[in-house]
Amino acid sequence: MNTRKKIVVVGNGMVGYKFCEKLTARMQPDQFEIVVFGEEPRHAYDRVHLSEYFAGKTADDLSMSTLEWYAEKNIRLHLSDPVQQIDRNEKTVHSFHGITESYDYLVLATGSAPFVPPIPGVEKDGVFVYRTIEDLDMMQSYAKKARKGAVIGGGLLGLEAAKAMLDLGIEETHVIEFAPRLMPRQIDDQGSAMLRSKLQELGLEIHLNKNTSEILGDDCIKAMRFADDSYLDVDMLVISAGIKPRDELAKLSGLEVGTRGGIVVNSKLQTTDPEIFAVGECALHNGMIYGLVAPGYEMADVVASNLCGGDKSFTGYDMSTKLKLIGVDVASFGNAFSTTPECRTIVFEDTVKSIYKRINISNDGKQLLGGILIGDAEAYNMLLQTVNNKIVLPLNPEDLILGARGGAASEGAGVMSLPDDALICSCEAVSKASICEAVIGGTETLDGIKKCTKAGTGCGGCVPMVKDLIAGTMKAQGKYVRNVVCEHFQYSRQELLDFIRLEKLETYDQVLDKHGKGDGCEICKPVVSSILASLYAETANKKPVAQDSNDRFLANIQKGGTYSVVPRIPGGEITPDKLIVIGEVAKKYGLYTKITGGQRIDMFGAHLSDLPLIWEELIAAGFESGHAYAKSLRTVKSCVGSTWCRFGLHDSVSFAIEVEERYRGLRSPHKLKSAVSGCIRECAEAQSKDFGIIATEKGWNLYVCGNGGSKPRHADLLAQDVDKETCIRYIDRFLMFYIKTADPLTRTATWLDKLEGGMDYLRNVVVNDSLGMGAQWEAEMEQLVDSYTCEWKEAVENPEIRKRFAHFVNAPTEKDPNVKFEPMRDQVKAAEWK
Amino acid sequence: MYAKETETDVQQWFLACSAGDIPQDGGACVKYNDKQIAVFNFSRRNEWFATDNLCPHRQQMVLSRGMIGTQGDEPKVACPFHKKTFSLKTGECLSGDDCTITTYPVKIEDGFVYINVASL
Repeated sequence: MNTRKKIVVVGNGMVGYKFCEKLTARMQPDQFEIVVFGEEPRHAYDRVHLSEYFAGKTADDLSMSTLEWYAEKNIRLHLSDPVQQIDRNEKTVHSFHGITESYDYLVLATGSAPFVPPIPGVEKDGVFVYRTIEDLDMMQSYAKKARKGAVIGGGLLGLEAAKAMLDLGIEETHVIEFAPRLMPRQIDDQGSAMLRSKLQELGLEIHLNKNTSEILGDDCIKAMRFADDSYLDVDMLVISAGIKPRDELAKLSGLEVGTRGGIVVNSKLQTTDPEIFAVGECALHNGMIYGLVAPGYEMADVVASNLCGGDKSFTGYDMSTKLKLIGVDVASFGNAFSTTPECRTIVFEDTVKSIYKRINISNDGKQLLGGILIGDAEAYNMLLQTVNNKIVLPLNPEDLILGARGGAASEGAGVMSLPDDALICSCEAVSKASICEAVIGGTETLDGIKKCTKAGTGCGGCVPMVKDLIAGTMKAQGKYVRNVVCEHFQYSRQELLDFIRLEKLETYDQVLDKHGKGDGCEICKPVVSSILASLYAETANKKPVAQDSNDRFLANIQKGGTYSVVPRIPGGEITPDKLIVIGEVAKKYGLYTKITGGQRIDMFGAHLSDLPLIWEELIAAGFESGHAYAKSLRTVKSCVGSTWCRFGLHDSVSFAIEVEERYRGLRSPHKLKSAVSGCIRECAEAQSKDFGIIATEKGWNLYVCGNGGSKPRHADLLAQDVDKETCIRYIDRFLMFYIKTADPLTRTATWLDKLEGGMDYLRNVVVNDSLGMGAQWEAEMEQLVDSYTCEWKEAVENPEIRKRFAHFVNAPTEKDPNVKFEPMRDQVKAAEWK
Repeated sequence: MYAKETETDVQQWFLACSAGDIPQDGGACVKYNDKQIAVFNFSRRNEWFATDNLCPHRQQMVLSRGMIGTQGDEPKVACPFHKKTFSLKTGECLSGDDCTITTYPVKIEDGFVYINVASL
């Protein structure tokens, strides 16, 4: 006899999945038989991070689990098969494909659908909603022919959709909001104004108080007309004007639903039929629909535990939220809108950096009630904890948003001062105590904590706090927290470098035998190889298999498995003859050519076996390796300077060539970029480089630790009005200090951020030689400069090394037949990968 | 000393290359008909491995160019493209993705590398 109770779950979205996960984790083996129906063709995926799909994540990356997981847990999963009918008397459900399943308990996790206002013309082609991967696929293919886009809705989802449009490459994106401010549920007018100016800076056009009255066009959308009779030409529109709970199945089955939608539930999440539950965005609890994932997970948890004999209740949920919208931090917590006379507010506004912070404080000044953060939400986690745990405020509560001023910066006891039951991860309801216990139990890595407590696996917002808790707990136990390289070396990069230097170790295997364990991996091999190269001016040809794949083949691997070739063009200066050689080589080997950001020419699509042939020709014409594939000096960009420019103060090109030829081939923890500008107009963009030089009336200014990339940072002034020789000396010292102390794959900007004492300390070390290392570092650098060799020259001249560049070891002359190119604008591109 | 190999045995073992062709603690790609097989000489462990050359993540013919190493005691290769790692023993993806590669028996005799292609 089968005595198992049977649970049918309708809906396989994030909350439906979470319910299955919570239930299978709690229940006795075989306590329940579980059947899940999902309307979408895919099993549950992370809708919160949907916009990352356009930024390169795949549907698999977004997936919450695997099909194997469902099989392992004995869950029968019917996808692309929505439930169409519930027979509450028979206790059965009937699906679209004709499946009938009986149930003992039914869980409705039907979620919501985008609310589409009845604007005339919404049915036209080019009008989309933004909820499923299928919606995204349709947007993606339509976007190819669209130039101007708009989003109706300036709420959280609308702005996400606008980001998706930017990612899709839409040139001009408009956000249309009916309310007088953006994110009307989360932030106030002042915050909205700040967010608006920031978003406009990033390329979005924002229209507030705008009511769309008609969508114009024949079959496809061409324009929008608004209630104020203005028009906007658009090729594509996404409607993100709110959500509508999917309650139609419940309604059809006679369950009570709210007048404005939503399945009515009690605090046990039971519908008007006690054996039917509703969780997530379809549930109406206490007159409220929760459109966030965290409360949905909490509901799933309540139902799962109660089915397993627990007695939990859902008592409403804090709608505090923090997110990054197009790179702008936005957070809203507690009672964000409270005003006098109920409370007092402290507001900080910085229109230079586009930061707005507001906190609401009880009239007696003791409690934090809520607040809003725009532009900088670093304090969010601590502030939310302060609200939730009713922590008594300090005497100067403004310190909470401004940081302590004057005197030593107080790091504060931070997260460690929170009470044990403080909720750290609200998506998974993990307390501070559970995280600390896990750390004490020996789980000392973020991945480990994620695995064993699930903290940080939802929205990821609490990850910085979890990291701090791990470090804090370990510190409290008297453990030394350090950045070890990987499982094979229990040392930091700096410690390894010191061992290798002092003990004069020469090969990766020696280092591994002496200071490591196991057989190495793709993390520690390049780290040690880079250290050996930095110390002994070794090229990547010495032990190629211990190098990152790009260093092994002295070229950057590209889509399809071909490589790109970048010869060094110091300072961006090149003769017509050399340009002709590049053109001829590219033509001969069928290469796609493009000018790089660093004033060089990149040739793409080279077969592995063609690389030595290509380089042989380039070297014969006087070129050398550009090290574009290596963690080492890339380019020293320059403006044309005083030789031609009417503003130029000094000869920036000559100096750039001198600097580039000095540091070429220098292996370092990460890539190094540099530039020299001939005057303060800064055409070479030196302040965005790891080290940049700008001509002044009296000499040169040296800037360090800038970078572009995903987190741009302007370089800081290290020395002013120095002569060339001093400038080079300071760069020698700066680079050696960086190479010796930075963690692997840490750019100079991040290194400086972590350097205790910051820029003042760095200036002391480099300019004032406070460590007394200046002379030694300069001598070491001189040695590296003197022993430079072009590793491509070394490679083409050595038949043994040349053998490395064959795709088939047993057919060295044959090329990889899988390499495919497609024509594009009179050149070729790599065939798209799957 | 050796049992005489039957004819089918001989057909199953494909002579790929000389052992010296594969770099120590590295790999190279071998062509077998229209198939591509990655061969790894894990000399530090005194072990040889053969797997698909195709990384299933983005369908790229590159695994032989990846770095090899260990995770715990499991020998592995890391794809040069996105550093997905695969066990050289079982072919299982060790970086948590839902894909595997096929592994092939490999043996060294008289300085030559033989790959068992019975499953191909």
